[in-house]
Amino acid sequence: MAEKMALAKAINESLRRALDADPKVVVMGEDVGKLGGVFRVTDGLQKDFGESRVIDTPLAESGIVGTAIGLALRGYRPVVEIQFDGFVFPAYDQIVTQLAKMHARALGKVKMPVVVRIPYGGGIGAVEHHSESPEALFAHVAGLKIVSPSNASDAYWMMQQAIQSDDPVIFFEPKRRYWDKGEVDTEAIPGPLHAARVVREGTDLTLAAYGPMVKLCQEVADAAAEEGRSLEVLDLRSVSPIDFDAVQASVEKTRRLVVVHEAPVFFGSGAEIAARITERCFYHLEAPVLRVGGYHAPYPPARLEESYLPDLDRVLDAVDRSLAY
Amino acid sequence: MTVESTAARTPRRSAGNKAGTTGTKRTTSTTKKATGAGKSAEPALVQLLTPEGKRVKNAEFDTYVADITAEDLRGLYRDMVLTRRFDAEATALQRQGELGLWASLLGQEAAQIGSGRALRDDDYVFPTYREHGVAWCRGVDPTNLLGMFRGVNNGGWDPNSNNFHLYTIVIGSQTLHATGYAMGITKDGADSAVIAYFGDGASSQGDVAEAFTFSAVYNAPVVFFCQNNQWAISEPTEKQSRVPLYQRAQGYGFPGVRVDGNDVLANLAVTKWALERARAGEGPTLVEAFTYRMGAHTTSDDPTRYRTDDERIAWEAKDPILRLRRHLEAANHADEGFFAELETESEALGKRVREAVRAMPDPDHFAIFENVYADGHALVDEERAQFAAYQASFADEDGGK
Repeated sequence: MAEKMALAKAINESLRRALDADPKVVVMGEDVGKLGGVFRVTDGLQKDFGESRVIDTPLAESGIVGTAIGLALRGYRPVVEIQFDGFVFPAYDQIVTQLAKMHARALGKVKMPVVVRIPYGGGIGAVEHHSESPEALFAHVAGLKIVSPSNASDAYWMMQQAIQSDDPVIFFEPKRRYWDKGEVDTEAIPGPLHAARVVREGTDLTLAAYGPMVKLCQEVADAAAEEGRSLEVLDLRSVSPIDFDAVQASVEKTRRLVVVHEAPVFFGSGAEIAARITERCFYHLEAPVLRVGGYHAPYPPARLEESYLPDLDRVLDAVDRSLAY
Repeated sequence: MTVESTAARTPRRSAGNKAGTTGTKRTTSTTKKATGAGKSAEPALVQLLTPEGKRVKNAEFDTYVADITAEDLRGLYRDMVLTRRFDAEATALQRQGELGLWASLLGQEAAQIGSGRALRDDDYVFPTYREHGVAWCRGVDPTNLLGMFRGVNNGGWDPNSNNFHLYTIVIGSQTLHATGYAMGITKDGADSAVIAYFGDGASSQGDVAEAFTFSAVYNAPVVFFCQNNQWAISEPTEKQSRVPLYQRAQGYGFPGVRVDGNDVLANLAVTKWALERARAGEGPTLVEAFTYRMGAHTTSDDPTRYRTDDERIAWEAKDPILRLRRHLEAANHADEGFFAELETESEALGKRVREAVRAMPDPDHFAIFENVYADGHALVDEERAQFAAYQASFADEDGGK
């Protein structure tokens, strides 16, 4: 049944469905219970499923992920919330050293069906440590899968698939899009979790993005269309693995690629995409793969973030530069 | 290449895209003054067998070993002797180049066998990398433990076949896994318990503090079993704590007890008590087994650089195996035949381990790509194929040899 709902509500509905369908699913994190999370993503879940399934935890991120690993070893499927992107680092050791490697260390004999939800990205005027995009720091780690939905429908279905996955999934939620509404068909048959999707067809250049930057890229394509340029917009949806086949197919058509993310460009996912697409599409490319993203500086105070974040003009500038080759 | 000048361009910015909630979180903690807990006299420890092998009464803990038979005692002795023999064989195999590294448990047999034999089959163990004696109690084949030290795998046994989790090398991490597992037991309504092993060095890790917090808050059925072997590689326990480690539990709201780590009977009794508390819904317990690492931290370590022989010699007098032997002999619980038979069994174990290690094949190259993910990953598939093609490119050269 299709219904229009905000992205945050779509995740809430997806968690509700998972809790309902599988008694082994548990939700845990700071303030996820009575409060429903600082973004209300878990609103009402504790009331309906009880304190033993929707667990308010002590304020200790390593503890949250570490105990989730133990619960997974006992047969549970924990969905843990890290309250903000910049708070994940106390848990980084448990995620990288334990969660990511457990399946391999046990030669496949144990599985780690843990979802780590992280509201991420800027554009909300927040204080320090509340606006970061650390996805590349996780994508570098074998054993983890990294996804980021850009819209309500994907948020709903990708969460379903992440919870069903027997691998640990870091689920980056575009917090500035939490209140954007979109159609969610809860009876649809979703596509593969890690497949990219063309959200707008074009012929002159491909814009590849994920999470909060997809909407921006669609706006860029609108603006470019007014200037007579046809941009293709690719929603990557997954950062590990990346659907390089989809990027390649698009680039072979448009011959130009600009990758957009909020995370710093240096060693960012755009760098990996540029390298791989250069290998795969060397004779198709009319211009080097360009990247638009954050700078190699700490995420700035809120009143400077508009200058730091990719916006319409910065992406159009990159489009112009690519087309000028 | 030409780059369009950006100097005098009309911004094409669309309406601002600010949305959402601004959240901040992180309570500032109140300034804490250091509580001046000075060094007090060494606290009493639970002991049921003196170093001379004399059984001493203990009003609180005797009841947990009240029904122990002569056969049980011989069993504990056998466990300790075979564990020590296995450990010595592994050290020798490292010296012979068959293992890359070995972490010896020499001196800690009583702590491990006593606590290990207190467990039920349905309990779950989260070890460090030195719990060879506990592994023995759980029925894990000793040769399985050697794979990671030989470098053929990073663990390799099925944790669920003996309820014995993989060795954990990063210290303290497993205490959180144990706590989470114990939380799961509570959710399942089961009366199993979990035991988490760690050392004096790990007691300084944040993860251990968080495990104490979580287990206390959720009243998780977990026993934190700290083998204080006095040394974290070269750092003595004073570098980890200014209070005896078992006293840490008090601040978290659960009991802590120090036991003579070289007394197998006391370790058995205290661990049984702690497990009983867990099963009865009374939550976590911290056991500090006060023992001594008789050997080096690992085969790569040289303890002569940081500690004296005198210390080791003093601890030798408290040897866990020797004291139980004295007790068995004094009580006429074992005859010469028993000890002789055990010696034979011990040598056979050493031989079996030696042969098994030498026969352990190197893994196939493609094992690199195995089990990285449970559900697969496109990049792993791609790189495996590239690796295969690269390997295959040598086929002709090999064929020509």
